[in-house]
Amino acid sequence: MKIVLENLTKIFPSRNKKSPDEVIAVNNFNFEIPDGKLIGLLGPSGCGKSTTLYMISGLQKPTGGKIYFGDDDVTEVSTEKRGIGLVFQNYALYPHLTVRQNILFPLQNLRGADKMTKDDMLKRAYEVAKLVQIEELMDRKPSELSGGQQQRVAIARALVKMPRVLLLDEPLSNLDARLRLQTREEIRRIQKETKITTVFVTHDQEEAMSISDLIVVMKLGVLQQIGAPQDVYDEPANLFVAKFLGTPPINVFDGAVKGGKLYIGEDAVMDVKNVPDMPVTVGIRPEGFVLDENGPFKCRLSNVEVMGRDVSIVSTHPASLNPIIRSIINADNKVDAAKAEVRYTLKPHKVFLFDKETENRIRF
Amino acid sequence: MVDSKQQWKAWLYLAPAIVLLLVFTVWPIINTVAMAFLEGYSGLTKTGGDVTFKLGVGNFTHVVAHPDFQQALLNTCLLCVITVPVSTILALLIAVALNAIKPLRKALQTVFFLPYVTNSIAIGMVFAAMFNVIGSVGTRRQIISSYGIVNDVIMALGGDWINWINSGSEYWANMLVMVVYIVWNALPFKILVLLGGLQSVNKQYYDAAKVDSTPRWRVLTRITVPLLSPMIAYVIITGFIGGFKEYTSIVGIFGEKMGPVHDPGRLNTMVGMIYDSLERDNQGGASAAALILFGIILIVTMINLYVSKKRVHY
Repeated sequence: MKIVLENLTKIFPSRNKKSPDEVIAVNNFNFEIPDGKLIGLLGPSGCGKSTTLYMISGLQKPTGGKIYFGDDDVTEVSTEKRGIGLVFQNYALYPHLTVRQNILFPLQNLRGADKMTKDDMLKRAYEVAKLVQIEELMDRKPSELSGGQQQRVAIARALVKMPRVLLLDEPLSNLDARLRLQTREEIRRIQKETKITTVFVTHDQEEAMSISDLIVVMKLGVLQQIGAPQDVYDEPANLFVAKFLGTPPINVFDGAVKGGKLYIGEDAVMDVKNVPDMPVTVGIRPEGFVLDENGPFKCRLSNVEVMGRDVSIVSTHPASLNPIIRSIINADNKVDAAKAEVRYTLKPHKVFLFDKETENRIRF
Repeated sequence: MVDSKQQWKAWLYLAPAIVLLLVFTVWPIINTVAMAFLEGYSGLTKTGGDVTFKLGVGNFTHVVAHPDFQQALLNTCLLCVITVPVSTILALLIAVALNAIKPLRKALQTVFFLPYVTNSIAIGMVFAAMFNVIGSVGTRRQIISSYGIVNDVIMALGGDWINWINSGSEYWANMLVMVVYIVWNALPFKILVLLGGLQSVNKQYYDAAKVDSTPRWRVLTRITVPLLSPMIAYVIITGFIGGFKEYTSIVGIFGEKMGPVHDPGRLNTMVGMIYDSLERDNQGGASAAALILFGIILIVTMINLYVSKKRVHY
């Protein structure tokens, strides 16, 4: 089931009637979620990603625009009739029901032609429980489960009625770091097996990048970029996307283009073709630095952090917009931490130029 | 721990409450138990009078054998068994409805809460007026100036008027009036507790139910009621305790005669009987009846707690 959002807008009216400061949570969204893919809605808090998810679910009504499931316009269809599965941020498992009863609950609501016999319901519930690997927990109450187990039960409950679309709201935020890694692989596996179009919301870029087929980056209700995770990382559309993706984060500098050369501070660090002379903001990924004793880019060395496989070099530069510059270098390169200066050459495909005013990418 | 030198201060601060409790609660309880087991006790002489004082269960056997007691016990139990479930279910439905609407919620909440802050004798008099038939209801001639507003409604709907509380009225009619009155009077507190409970239920359960296309009735029975079960258990237990102590409501409608004119005492309750015994200077009987009432309430509450332990979630 593909999902199409067309000019989707959500405006929350101001609470104070005297000053009409309405909040535009989602601003004129247009995108298409292809069938059977896992999509991550990504952005900092308050960017409208959860609002978008809840509009797809029907729990919130859009102020404007249309939502299509396949070719059906579902904008005016109530949540009950959309045939979605939704996993809430804190799972919302019914505390008074056992795991089995929780999973059976959506099936028992089916009416008319879809009505199932008790045996069929149980069979389906056990199939789904097996898929999320909670068969042994069927008689427990939610309060007797760990966070990760509750999470699986919530997914099982959402999947059991074979929804057309599966929606997950910050599915991993209540789990500890280790469980988070494990569960995100689970979500990936379950989605692959069921082939249900899945949309999940997260503020954690690593989480989104690691499992999504496509990521949708949002900022203040405005769509920034859609693409496969690696593409978005390699080709950010603007400074916000470049800064938001990647750990450690991208290093940002004040710079300028003069006569086909990129200047950071006093140094011409790289050749750039086809860019007119102008001041620019320069973003350099931590892995874009190459140690070079005669390199053009000179930084003041602060310290060297050894991480085993890699070495992280912390340095400073007067033109840097961040307090420190962090570069990741292969540990085979020996760095003399006693030196005052470190010099680099730059990998051109890890260097991005942005317009100072619009923050949009300037290709070179 | 409080420094031992400071302890007298603690006792001093507690003293006002402790002294009052000892004088007006603990001492009367001890006295009640003592009087109940002293045969022939008289409150005037503090002695058995002519009869020698002796320990025994005579007061209890006397009270239990008395026809008034049996009538009072029947009335009390009937009122409890009917009014507690009816008022709880009504309160639940009203609370759910109130919680579901946005406009006028505050205004309606106030309306439903009004009986709670109104004197129950005053409410009783209004109810009595609503059910009162004024005039003579003889077999030969009926000279009636008012049938009461309830009969007016029944007659407007094409029914026949009913003698609710006046001379010659029947027991079931009397009982029905009491049930309506007690239920109405019991609603506000229950609505308040249940509405409070509803408002603290996480709204996400309802969103989850919506996503799962749960029919409304099923949301009520499978989600709302179980999640409210602690509050429901609370209003049922307090409802039974209050029900067994029913007294002022009867006085409010029938006056101190505790029944229609032709059959006073017909609607007497346990508490009413205790007061009657006291008026007849039968402190022993009153104490025995009070202890029996205490025993009944204790047993019913224990049953309630036992059932709620099995049915209440969390």
